[in-house]
Amino acid sequence: MTRAIQVVKNGGWLALLAMFAPALALAQEAAPALSSGDTAWMLTSTALVLFMTIPGLSLFYAGMVRAKNVLSVMMQCFAITGLITVLWVLYGYSLAFDTAGMTKEAINLATFVGGLDKAFLSGVAREGLTGTIPETVFVTFQMTFAIITPALIVGAFAERMKFSAMLVFMAIWFTIVYAPICHMVWSGDGALMWDWGVLDFAGGTVVHINAGLAGFIACLMIGKRRGYPTTAMPPHNLNFTIIGASMLWVGWFGFNAGSALASNASAGMAMLVTQIATATAALAWMFAEWMTHGKPSVLGIASGAVAGLVAITPASGTAGPMGALLIGVASGVICFLAATKMKRALGYDDSLDVFGVHAIGGIIGAILTGLCADVSLGGAGLAEGMTIGSQLWIQAKGVIFTLAYTGILSFVILKIIDVVMGLRVTDEQETEGLDLALHDERGYNL
Amino acid sequence: MKLITAVIKPFKLDDVREALSEVGAQGVTVTEVKGFGRQKGHTELYRGAEYVVDFLPKIKVEVGVTDDLADRVVEVISRAANTGKVGDGKIFICDLENAIRIRTGESGPEAL
Repeated sequence: MTRAIQVVKNGGWLALLAMFAPALALAQEAAPALSSGDTAWMLTSTALVLFMTIPGLSLFYAGMVRAKNVLSVMMQCFAITGLITVLWVLYGYSLAFDTAGMTKEAINLATFVGGLDKAFLSGVAREGLTGTIPETVFVTFQMTFAIITPALIVGAFAERMKFSAMLVFMAIWFTIVYAPICHMVWSGDGALMWDWGVLDFAGGTVVHINAGLAGFIACLMIGKRRGYPTTAMPPHNLNFTIIGASMLWVGWFGFNAGSALASNASAGMAMLVTQIATATAALAWMFAEWMTHGKPSVLGIASGAVAGLVAITPASGTAGPMGALLIGVASGVICFLAATKMKRALGYDDSLDVFGVHAIGGIIGAILTGLCADVSLGGAGLAEGMTIGSQLWIQAKGVIFTLAYTGILSFVILKIIDVVMGLRVTDEQETEGLDLALHDERGYNL
Repeated sequence: MKLITAVIKPFKLDDVREALSEVGAQGVTVTEVKGFGRQKGHTELYRGAEYVVDFLPKIKVEVGVTDDLADRVVEVISRAANTGKVGDGKIFICDLENAIRIRTGESGPEAL
């Protein structure tokens, strides 16, 4: 994602980067100048990614909860959009993308998190550039990623978490988990996972594994919904869910093809492989369900599409069409097994399958990124001196580090909030439904 | 006068309505209801979670008729709502003490 910045800032890295961003490499020859084509695409992409959270993800989730909690989920997504926007401006962008003090291979504080030089967006001038686009556009584009990541976690603890505790959790989690991970993967030379050579084009580790595991920890710590799994809790409106999934699918072109930070060949291929992997995964989940349960379902095909979108995310800058087919099949089938068989076998109540779809799909994608980047699978090619084996190991290292980091910190944050203010609504509120109990409103006045 | 109450499969409603107007029933009241009989319920499956739904949707048709028309009405409903499968429904027949047309105050068979 931030390769474009690096191309401009570090000519020395050009050889490696050129493979991933050939058009930008050419732009390097001249002094960086604003490209109106790149800027137009990034303005569009930014709007598309925001559209993924509101209303895409909101509808996807809201359809899967019971009618008495429909507003609570939409409210959580909407409030997160506001909260993270403000925090991003105050200090989030700086923690994620301030590169002061970073030197390649050197380990210091800036390896893990950015400083506060860009707090309150200081230095982000009207005319300033990031690569070939205005820095204002880059700030907003990255902001939409920071918004959707916490919003994804909402699905894990839906229908039972206190709204106030949710806001506090998201603010702290964004600050000490999202921003540092984003920094370590994307901020360039001197950042931990960037230096390792982890390939994560659009956010397999930063967004999906990160949110997926945080959701898993949250659902374990908050506990099951009352009555789960003996009481029926069927989705109340799958129309919302399939509309939301469709919006996610379309919005994801901004997410993945936008992560090229330019309107170029890399963006074009990202768009193509995103479409291929998503369609493949949707069919793979549908057929897997058809074979095991006897009927294809709407919830199944929509979930499969999202699993495919998640899995192709880290690979979208390096994989080719054949790699996308592979990633689509793998994520569709494995996420199906995770969200149905594994969840039931282990008995946790990850209400809307944030772990089964985002963490598992993210891990499949992150690992297969290492494989599919190779030219033998039609990929863009590995960095010089890398073999498939060594790239796979680096990908695995990135996954393990992200899991450990987000797992431990999410646990600590939730534990503290639980002690200080409590995580969960009362039994009475939960039975009444969060819409009435927490918001004094009803989704349906029929 | 008789009150005939038929609980039928929802997709048979149009057939029943047509058959009723053919035999001269002047009005009918229709309600969406749920229940179970020998058909039992069905199962729904969401991401591997299986729910047994005990009550199935049915349509309740109520029609008040004169005594001489009652047998004929029961007969056409039975024919129109029949699929030959479990779950076709039931018809209940009660004596109807009186009926009043609200607009005019007429009562008895005149009001039907």
